[in-house]
Amino acid sequence: MPLYHNDDQAMLADTARGFIAEEGNIAKQLRHWRDRDCKDGFGHGLWKQMAEMGFTGMLVSEADGGLGMGHVEAGIVLEEIGRNLTPSPFLTSSVLAATALNHGSDDIKGRYLPGLIAGDHVFAVAIDETAKHRPSRIATRAEKSGNGFRLTGSKSFVIQGSSADMIVVAARTSGADDDADGITLFAVPKDASGMSHDAVRLVDTSMATHTKFDGVELDGDAVIGEIDGGRAVLDAMLLAGRVGAAAEGVGVASGAMDMTVDYLKQRKQFGKLIGEFQALQHRASHLYSEVEIARAVTIKAQQLLDAGSQQADLMASVAKAKVAKTARLAVQEGVQMHGGIGMTDEYDIGLYMKRDRALAEFLGDAYFHANRVAELSGY
Amino acid sequence: MADLETFRSETRAWLEANCPAEMREPVRDEDDIYWGGRRATFKNDAQKAWFEACLAKGYTVPAWPKEYGGAGLSPEQAKVLREEMGRISARPPLSSFGIWMLGPALLHFGTEGQKQRFLNEIARGEIRWCQGYSEPGSGSDLVSLQTYGDDQGDHWIVNGQKVWTSYADQADWIFCLVRTDKTDKYKGITFMLYDMASEGVSTKPILLISGNSPFCETFFDNVKVPKSYGDDCPAYVGQVNRGWDVAKYLLGHEREMISGAGGGDRTAAIGAAMKRASARTGDDVDPVLRAELAMFDVDALAYTAMGEKFLDEIKVGKAHPAQPNMMKYVGTELNKRRHELMMAVGGSRSLEWDSEDTGGGKPARGWLRTKANSIEGGTSEVMLNVIAKRILDLPGA
Ligand SMILES: Cc1cc2nc3c(=O)[nH]c(=O)nc-3n(C[C@H](O)[C@H](O)[C@H](O)COP(=O)(O)OP(=O)(O)OC[C@H]3O[C@@H](n4cnc5c(N)ncnc54)[C@H](O)[C@@H]3O)c2cc1C
Repeated sequence: MPLYHNDDQAMLADTARGFIAEEGNIAKQLRHWRDRDCKDGFGHGLWKQMAEMGFTGMLVSEADGGLGMGHVEAGIVLEEIGRNLTPSPFLTSSVLAATALNHGSDDIKGRYLPGLIAGDHVFAVAIDETAKHRPSRIATRAEKSGNGFRLTGSKSFVIQGSSADMIVVAARTSGADDDADGITLFAVPKDASGMSHDAVRLVDTSMATHTKFDGVELDGDAVIGEIDGGRAVLDAMLLAGRVGAAAEGVGVASGAMDMTVDYLKQRKQFGKLIGEFQALQHRASHLYSEVEIARAVTIKAQQLLDAGSQQADLMASVAKAKVAKTARLAVQEGVQMHGGIGMTDEYDIGLYMKRDRALAEFLGDAYFHANRVAELSGY
Repeated sequence: MADLETFRSETRAWLEANCPAEMREPVRDEDDIYWGGRRATFKNDAQKAWFEACLAKGYTVPAWPKEYGGAGLSPEQAKVLREEMGRISARPPLSSFGIWMLGPALLHFGTEGQKQRFLNEIARGEIRWCQGYSEPGSGSDLVSLQTYGDDQGDHWIVNGQKVWTSYADQADWIFCLVRTDKTDKYKGITFMLYDMASEGVSTKPILLISGNSPFCETFFDNVKVPKSYGDDCPAYVGQVNRGWDVAKYLLGHEREMISGAGGGDRTAAIGAAMKRASARTGDDVDPVLRAELAMFDVDALAYTAMGEKFLDEIKVGKAHPAQPNMMKYVGTELNKRRHELMMAVGGSRSLEWDSEDTGGGKPARGWLRTKANSIEGGTSEVMLNVIAKRILDLPGA
């Protein structure tokens, strides 16, 4: 398959670009909700509009009411979300949680997918337990209790945890904290008693929670997939989420780059446009090269994932690491080349810097994934 | 699609039957490359057998039309062949400036007579070409070149000097940029083709830091260049005084080639191989070095995807015309980084300059050679200038 969008995908990209630039732009969403100190950190109206566009159920099969599209398509939407810094539950709900639910029983799909597809519900995922992404270690426990389970432990960096109608929680049903096996995924509803959130605002104005499970009683039908066999589903979620986060990161990087290159063509000093200075031209050209490469490896990872290739896992980590490095470069160069104005809240470039920081951390940063590339390559 | 899969399985079987084991090792140095030409000799029987098998099949230049010595493969088939050769690390059967540079120029600008003659000679490995562009006073600012061809009616008398002419001392013919009009900088250059055995051509090898002398100073002292080599076969490509158009077109190809966009050694990940190499000598890789290897592999694997995307987009005309400059810039900087890391993993052994163990100092000489990657064919700084101007449209670039 050639590494560019086919006609349908190009059309989707046009639609998504126009729609998100119009409805999801920084003034209308990120600044709007931030300046009102919104506790959700995103707008439900836009989520509903995304449902009308068909985005919310992109990765859900047609049989289950979705569009049955792949990760190239989800990536198209995510890149525009990234470019516009649009606060949205898309990545956690429509990519990560949807991937988990796609592995679930008809019953659990029927319970949750319609609300997602309609844009009425928002889902979160609770994987990390420490400040760094370490999914190999899951200590939160779910003990058998009656017909169901009792969930005990804590999770952090649960994006939109307190607004979520349901949280997909990775818990241990057997074995030791570092075992690969013995993981089970649960769909924990909003009102589950014994679940409490400590909500925190993050640097990019998104909301996350430290979530505690203090003997939360769950029915057996809260299980997504197999009991003790959740690692495979968790891995599938992580894979989809990482490739999705990479796509969003490409959008962040190119949004920051475009703003910066525009600025180089407007700002004058020493009687010249600053874009005439070769020192800045070379840095901009270098950044352009990196962004192109980040985009290329991301579409490669998307295609491998859609094709069910064994190589997808490695390429997902390459993409996540490459994009994290590239977006970091883009926002740093962006702020620097804007000079003093780059440090002001009024100007958007700093918002890109803050978003990059949070997005890169999500599901493993460049160091985590470079290390993973080494491990998967055998060193 | 189905046809392509058939082609893939046929190709795989053909390679299996025809590519000798010795030719399935990555190219380590100059000796492993077969350049062709009047004075060419094969290094061993395997090299000869592999060359001849490919020649018979049109695989020395697979994507060229059959009438010019190629196999007439479609871009998709050529990609399959490249992938299948890559899969078994098959070496190119024939390498030359004719294949990489003059050939594409002739395919684009050449007359039928030129194509019939020169492309077939290149495909068969009969004539080895060198590239006469750079001059002592004209490197990055190539268009300022001064080598002059004085019009004498049916021929030119060429005088001047070229420098950094790769393999000029081993080449049979030269494609050479010669000023034919001193009043117009850009529209005063002719892209000439002539025999290095012509009277008045001399070469002097230049010794490099790698200890090798792959290139020369080339002098032209009243060299008589006829304007035509026969029917429909002019001695220049394109039009007289419009050689800069050809040169510019070719620089794209050269940059693409140096970029390693087609995959292969230049873009591969190295961490795993480095770990094995250091284990063989009883060494280990420091954790911080391992981390750098991992970061390198991320960049190298991402760049490999970029190369694939770039070639896919070129095929359908989607790539930005200046994109080869980006590929060249990134690919060569990566290759330099790769060799820095290989030297670090190799430790003191990689410092050895002529020991048998190191095959005569291959690690060190190879490392030094890569430093030219970001100079030859346009420097990294020039690539960045071109990106700034043609892609980012920055002012005054
Ligand atoms: C291994 C090798 C093989 C080669 N083979 C051939 C060959 O076969 N045929 C041939 O004709 N030539 C060949 N060359 C020559 C090559 O194309 C030139 O070396 C190259 O174009 C640079 O020119 P220069 O060496 O004169 O450097 P210069 O142009 O003098 O550059 C010196 C430094 O100044 C920088 N610089 C120059 N202009 C600018 C600018 N505008 N902005 C910013 N920085 C600038 C350069 O980037 C470089 O760092 C070869 C070179 C090498 C190293």
